[in-house]
Amino acid sequence: MTSPLSRRSFLTLSGATGLTAALAACGGGTKIGSGSTAPASAAPTFSGGEYSGPKVTLDYWNGFTGGDGPHMRTMLDSFNKEFSGRIEVRNVTRRWEDLYPAMPTAISAGKGPDVAIIHNDWIGTFAARQTLVPLDDVVGALELTEADFIPAVWNAGVYSGKRYSVPLDVHSLADYWNKKHLEKIDLTEAPADKESYEKALAGLKDAGIATPFWMPNKWPAHLMFMSLLWQYGGQLYSEDGAKALWGSDQGAEALGWMVEQIDKGYSPAKVAIDTQYAAFKNDKVSFTWDGIWQINDLKTNAKSLEWGMSPVPNIGGTPAVWSASHNFVLTSQAGKDPNKVQAAKFFIDYMSRQSVEWAKAGMIPARNSARQDPTVADLPQVRMAEDVSIFHFLPALPGVGDVQSKALELAVAKAVLKEASPADALKEGVATADKLLADNKRKYGQ
Amino acid sequence: MSLLTRQKSPSGAAEPAAPAGAARRMRRWTPYAFLAPYLTLFAVFMVLPIGFGFWTSLHEWDINLPAKPFVGPENYTDLFDPASVDGGRFWTAMRATAIFTLFSVPLLIVLPLLVALLMNGRFRGRNLYRAVYFAPYVLGVAVVGFLWRFLLDGNIGLVNHYLGLDVQWTTDEPPVWIALVGVTVWWTLGLNAVIFLAGLQDIPRELHEAAMVDGASAWRRFLAVTLPGLRPVTVFVVNATILASANMFGQSYLITAGAPADRTKTAIYLIAETGLRHFDMGTASAMSFILAAFLMAASALVFGAFRDRSRR
Repeated sequence: MTSPLSRRSFLTLSGATGLTAALAACGGGTKIGSGSTAPASAAPTFSGGEYSGPKVTLDYWNGFTGGDGPHMRTMLDSFNKEFSGRIEVRNVTRRWEDLYPAMPTAISAGKGPDVAIIHNDWIGTFAARQTLVPLDDVVGALELTEADFIPAVWNAGVYSGKRYSVPLDVHSLADYWNKKHLEKIDLTEAPADKESYEKALAGLKDAGIATPFWMPNKWPAHLMFMSLLWQYGGQLYSEDGAKALWGSDQGAEALGWMVEQIDKGYSPAKVAIDTQYAAFKNDKVSFTWDGIWQINDLKTNAKSLEWGMSPVPNIGGTPAVWSASHNFVLTSQAGKDPNKVQAAKFFIDYMSRQSVEWAKAGMIPARNSARQDPTVADLPQVRMAEDVSIFHFLPALPGVGDVQSKALELAVAKAVLKEASPADALKEGVATADKLLADNKRKYGQ
Repeated sequence: MSLLTRQKSPSGAAEPAAPAGAARRMRRWTPYAFLAPYLTLFAVFMVLPIGFGFWTSLHEWDINLPAKPFVGPENYTDLFDPASVDGGRFWTAMRATAIFTLFSVPLLIVLPLLVALLMNGRFRGRNLYRAVYFAPYVLGVAVVGFLWRFLLDGNIGLVNHYLGLDVQWTTDEPPVWIALVGVTVWWTLGLNAVIFLAGLQDIPRELHEAAMVDGASAWRRFLAVTLPGLRPVTVFVVNATILASANMFGQSYLITAGAPADRTKTAIYLIAETGLRHFDMGTASAMSFILAAFLMAASALVFGAFRDRSRR
């Protein structure tokens, strides 16, 4: 009879197996993301011309789920047609808030995008995370220069001296207004300064619109706050990204103006998420501030509503508005295969030449020269970009998204919900933000 | 029987006294061989992930950063430090989970029990009513959340409109808790009711008849026959409901989005956000372990409470 495995030795053995497996799993975990950028240098420098490598398939992620989606697919189809048999681009569209958390993890697993569109404020974070691969040569081949771009958009793509993005467009917050409501007080255009805006609100209330301007406590409340902060002359973060500056007196003034709209009875208290926009679509609200990309949504889903769109009014003294941009990026997943890197660069090159077509999706072309093209110059959103110096952007600090959501957005919500005075809410928020900024500095090793 | 003999013998299979036939059928490793399939699954899908999670919680573990420095218990001490960013957020979330569990569990035990008692009676259209109470449960959380988010809206919602109220059900404390608990009760009441109903139908009729013969009132019969008969079912329902309530995520994610000011952001919501949106797996794992410790304590209390009573 063979000597049986004793209980003790069985447990030891299974324990050892488990431990080995656990250590192996940990070993695999620590390697994720490290050194993945190295093979990218094997790809030849991009200089335009013709794609000569073997046939490749690229996965392309973006968040164009709204009225902008069909335009992007049209552009994509024409690319696939032109490069058929050589490069095939597969489109994956998902909501931005799902795309960002999924992207780095999917890329580590090799199941993410090879090329993607991301917002300017995410470039620093993703570059620091080695999710992206530099694109300096594409920019060179496209003959793109800073002079042709809004400086903030252009500079957002640079991290540690390397360029990681090719800007596609700019989009900003806008002031949407109800034409019929404004007719009641004899206005044909949204008022553009503080005095006339407040006069219009008072007039609308007298004219029977009980609450003409609903103040959200969540999205886009923080975009409104930032726009007003810049208008009052305030700043978001210090140059070196070590300090949050939005708790200043200017910040308190900006947030104070938002809360004032509730105190004066122009807005109901404690408006729930997205309700202000739903109410605007249903003819209950005269003014609402929202992104210019909502143009397509209003056109298709609120057909009976007569509305207009104007730049955000100048409340604080200096015209300023929150803006962001969509940018092409190349990921470290593509970076593992020189042919994919090359193909992706052809793709980015091709797509960024179509910014005129893209403007029809409701966006503002990022290139100054493209905005002057007669076919787009008269689009309502392009007219808003007559003076690009009013466009303000979130700095591309690595990890800035976390600071915004954990500190700034929470502070704005607390003040709008009347749980704290604007000054107190901001003070508390800034204390949190400074801790997070210090953490980020250490984490991303800047 | 042979098993008993073998357990008593100190040196196992080497014992010559063991019957030869039994030894052939029943070697020492036989039980392990039978356990192996489950043990493998248990190890791969339970022990390893839990161990890996604990290992993660001892590091500053960012999914995509190559450097994952070992920080020891720092993630835990951070969470217990109310002055730190994550500590403050975490205990606010634990408070939200506690409030929700405290108010939803009693309602989700008592109301389904009453519904089950009604459904257990004999009346026309009984099956229809059973279906009606169970119906909401077949809806997914996305449907339930989206539906009630608009019905409950304080400014454009139908609930306020028809009741003539001006209550901010989704952005104000405490109404927000009434809304979240109410929606959850409406949604999941049917499941607990069906389990109670099955329990009720398992109680032998003879016991009720005997009690009736002894002259017990309906209330007395409920206390002396129905409730004790439901004990095993109740232990399960109470535990499952506590765990389900403590794991609440979808309702607050969809109906309130954490409003007002993150105070309805539950522990699971925060853990998902910390780990999957901010990529901070170390802190998220530490949060999970603290939450798990609380839930284990709660389960132990429930089992303890019911066990004591059954021994009396």
